[in-house]
Amino acid sequence: MDSNWTEPLLFVVYSIVKPVAGAFILVLMFVAFTVIQPGSADPAVQAANQARFSFVYVGNTFFIFVAATLFGTFQVIQADREWYQTIRYVYISPISFYTYIIGRAASKVGVAAFAAAITLAFGILFLGVRVSLAVGDIPLFVVSMFLGLLCLVAIGVCLAAVSFITARHVHGLAEGIPGLFFLFCGVLFPISVLPEWGQNIGRAIPITYWLDLERRILLPADTWNHVTTNILGDNLYILALLLVSTLAFYFLSVVLFRLGEYLARRAGKIDMTTAY
Amino acid sequence: MTATVNRVTLNLRALVGRSYPRIIGANREPSWVFFETILPLLGIAAYVFIYHGFFVDAIKSDDAVLRTAALERLNALVGFVVLGGTMIAFWLNVLWSMASQLYWEKEVGNLQLYMMAPMSRMALLGGMAVGGVFMTGTRAIVTLAVGIYFFGVVLVVSNPLLILAVFFVTLVALYGMGMMFASLYLLYGREAWHLSALMEEPIFLVSGFYFPVKALGQTIAVGAAIIPATLGLDALRQLLFPPSSLGGLWVADPVTELLVLVVLAVVFLILARLSLAYLERLAKREGRLTSRHQ
Repeated sequence: MDSNWTEPLLFVVYSIVKPVAGAFILVLMFVAFTVIQPGSADPAVQAANQARFSFVYVGNTFFIFVAATLFGTFQVIQADREWYQTIRYVYISPISFYTYIIGRAASKVGVAAFAAAITLAFGILFLGVRVSLAVGDIPLFVVSMFLGLLCLVAIGVCLAAVSFITARHVHGLAEGIPGLFFLFCGVLFPISVLPEWGQNIGRAIPITYWLDLERRILLPADTWNHVTTNILGDNLYILALLLVSTLAFYFLSVVLFRLGEYLARRAGKIDMTTAY
Repeated sequence: MTATVNRVTLNLRALVGRSYPRIIGANREPSWVFFETILPLLGIAAYVFIYHGFFVDAIKSDDAVLRTAALERLNALVGFVVLGGTMIAFWLNVLWSMASQLYWEKEVGNLQLYMMAPMSRMALLGGMAVGGVFMTGTRAIVTLAVGIYFFGVVLVVSNPLLILAVFFVTLVALYGMGMMFASLYLLYGREAWHLSALMEEPIFLVSGFYFPVKALGQTIAVGAAIIPATLGLDALRQLLFPPSSLGGLWVADPVTELLVLVVLAVVFLILARLSLAYLERLAKREGRLTSRHQ
């Protein structure tokens, strides 16, 4: 359904171009930095720069999931209500609307996975991004990806519940909430760079731990000689935090979804059109 | 009894009328203060902290000369990000409030009313542009001021008249481009929304919104000059930051870039006029002016 506005090949190109362009912005920022950095010819400095670049690049790759899932899930209700005007037919059909939203979110995750894989492969093959995934870490990687994506979908459903009763602010919120995560979750820089209050905000968001865990699994051990994240605990501790927060957001999403749906039904806004 | 209205007066009235919603209406609800000034700062802040992360060792160095040089260059790069983030507001306004506007009007059902009204289509687009510049400008100024204050950017205003000239000519060229795109979008259906979405990150990349565009190489930077924001940002950065901090990372000198921007502004405005007339005839012939939800 996400690709029904164009032919498949063009949709594939579209799905790749945006995230790869975002990744290239980081590449060029890094290039600009290395050109003007004092002492950039020193091998030790170059090694540190490459480690930091790999840190930034991997974080940006996984943020593709965050942006696509949150933005896409947030907009499902508005899209069905305002653009396609099919929400009333889906809503009265004998399915769980919550499950329907999850299904639409799953398609966003699938498209994002494709874009993330392309982006990461490009970084490894052409940009010198250093990744090392040990065989013993594969189960941890699979479980952490599953929990992280589940958490993202749950957060997305929480936001989608808000769109039941909003009109003009959906787009702003859909961009703003991922923007908050973009800044505070250590996506493009370790949260140690932020002021203390910013670090505390970051530690309260589960996405921070998901990104940190993926980096710990994928990046070589010597990366941490040059990057300090200020996130304490071993991998299993981070995984446990992720599990707890995923469960918490799942239950919150159910509560908020039911509440938003109830308020919208009571006000007769399930299928309202507002021209936004 | 009918009154004869001067055509120029009529089109000026149309221009004022079309800009009115963007100058007055868009500011009625105060939520714009949060959504259109505070939220963009989040994205800017993220890119600022990328540079902070890169420079973290150099800033903490025991070598005072190295530390000073690093701070000067960090200030320049942070300033680039703040300026680029501010210019993004104008580019997004061009994409979503200029280029896509006639598409939205078609979806809502207003387009045929505009086509029937006795005014020049350019007056319609001109009103959208004037209103867009005002609306985005108020937000951009707040974002710029807060960004400069919050991130401690130090600017060197060496030639204020040239800075203002570059800025305003860049806007004229940008919105002229937007007016040209608006007519192209008359032919599109749902692809219009996705086309605008597609022209966000790739344009941020090739125009150097967050880094000196020369980092792409001189050839690509010159090619990217077709986007007015490319040379506009390059010139503004040269005029606002000490040349010693980033020597050799400019496409051309500011005066040359200003002249190119003037040419772009004229060319885009002419193309907007020609393409609007042609595509209106084409859309009428193929019956797309009133086709909604395509």
